[in-house]
Amino acid sequence: MNPGAPVLQLAGIRKSFGPNQVLRGIDLTVHEHEVVAVIGASGSGKSTLMRAINLLERVDDGQIFLSGQDISDPRVKEDLVRAQIGVVFQHYNLFPHMTVLNNVTLASRVVRKLSREEAEARGMELLTRIGIAEKAKKYPDQLSGGQQQRVAIVRAILSDPILLLLDEITSALDPQLVGEVLDLVMELKLAGKTILMATHEMEFARRAADRVIFLHEGRIAEDGPPAQVLGNPQQQVTRDFLSRLYNFS
Amino acid sequence: MFNEREHERFISPIELQRREYRRMKTVRSVLISCASFLVFSFLIWWILSRSEGWELVRKMYFDPKHLVASAPQVFKGILVNLKILGAALVGTAVLSTLLAITRTTKSAALFPLRLVSLLYTSIFRGLPMIVVLYLIGFGIPGLNIFGRIDKNLIGGICITLVYSAYVAEVLRAGIEAIHPSQRAAARSLGLSHTQTLRIVILPQAIRKVVPALMNDFVAMQKDVGLVSVVGAVDAVRQAGIYTAKTFNYSSYVFAGLMFICMSLPFVLLTDWYAAKVRRREQMEGAV
Repeated sequence: MNPGAPVLQLAGIRKSFGPNQVLRGIDLTVHEHEVVAVIGASGSGKSTLMRAINLLERVDDGQIFLSGQDISDPRVKEDLVRAQIGVVFQHYNLFPHMTVLNNVTLASRVVRKLSREEAEARGMELLTRIGIAEKAKKYPDQLSGGQQQRVAIVRAILSDPILLLLDEITSALDPQLVGEVLDLVMELKLAGKTILMATHEMEFARRAADRVIFLHEGRIAEDGPPAQVLGNPQQQVTRDFLSRLYNFS
Repeated sequence: MFNEREHERFISPIELQRREYRRMKTVRSVLISCASFLVFSFLIWWILSRSEGWELVRKMYFDPKHLVASAPQVFKGILVNLKILGAALVGTAVLSTLLAITRTTKSAALFPLRLVSLLYTSIFRGLPMIVVLYLIGFGIPGLNIFGRIDKNLIGGICITLVYSAYVAEVLRAGIEAIHPSQRAAARSLGLSHTQTLRIVILPQAIRKVVPALMNDFVAMQKDVGLVSVVGAVDAVRQAGIYTAKTFNYSSYVFAGLMFICMSLPFVLLTDWYAAKVRRREQMEGAV
């Protein structure tokens, strides 16, 4: 690991599914404590980008550096890389056969080999902080969508990942539950976490992100501070995307 | 809003009429089922008792004297069946899980294993149990590699071989029914392939197919009765020995009753569990 290196660096990432070119050369750097929001229409490659960084999807070309280490190198141990990256999915993906507390502590116990007491103490601490400590022994389907998503976030951050990937984490939630999840993300930002998030919540991107990236047809069409990308876009495609979005909402 | 108790006290005349009508309908359907049960029982009894050979059949198969006399011997045999069943159950659990896991792997290096388990499940689901028993039960000892092999063991092995093929397919269906996002979530936490399978995928997969597995177990219980063909002295063979001495088949009826008694608790448990799962799923849909 190289302490001076950016947390995440993408160089020329390409990915196709059959004839469909989803990512056509992505270059991106995310520094420590930075929150970067990725916006773009459905099918612009946001989720594929997230999955590629987490090595759930193998890239066709280009390199991915995590703290300076090339994790796209096939000799790298995928499990060790993934343990350093926290991921939160659109549909929470909690394990339905485990209690909330077991969901949250699983990685600490199995991957980092902490004792159960140690892992559970830390798990309870975080569950208490997000106000659902009393649900620790419940199963995921006994929680609301917003609560499940917050548990998923806690599960992702419990093992202190150096990078947090949030993949449209509010898209599957009822509108009145979105707020509680975004508040938690805001807290993580204030705690200094490094976050890369794909989102449709423009207002939230404006408030929380240090940088906004507009992804269009597999390329980064615009990259800059939220005020610029969302308020005064330099590119025609970004303007089109935003005007379509605001006309609908 | 109504006070809950207030709400209970006032029942409209319309509702009272409806309740009365529903009660009447319930009483009527109970009466009809009782009547039809009696009619059908009478019909069966009438046909049997009028048939020419009924007296002889009754003596040969349902003689209380022989039922009682064969009981200790057949009961001793049922214990052998239970022993074989227990061993086959453990064997099947292990072998079928291995087969199911191999069949769901995707890596190129494991292709030969995948092929072997595909062939295995295809062949053993197609072969009649009795053929397997003859081939393995007499073929393997015939090779004379292991010396004399216990007949019960051979029987248990045959049951395991055949049932593992079925159970493996059920398990595979369960594994494939788990959404890929569960695997993605587990892998993204840093769990290895094996840990993901063991901790996240298999427990959910098994839960999904428990009713089907229980059904296979019930079928296995009765098929254990076939091990007598390789020479295991189980309940069926004991009944045969009794028949050979007395020329009376009541011992087989007793053995049949024992098999039913053995499987009945499990049949009821399976039904109860399936109903429970169905109820829970319907409740989830309502929320």
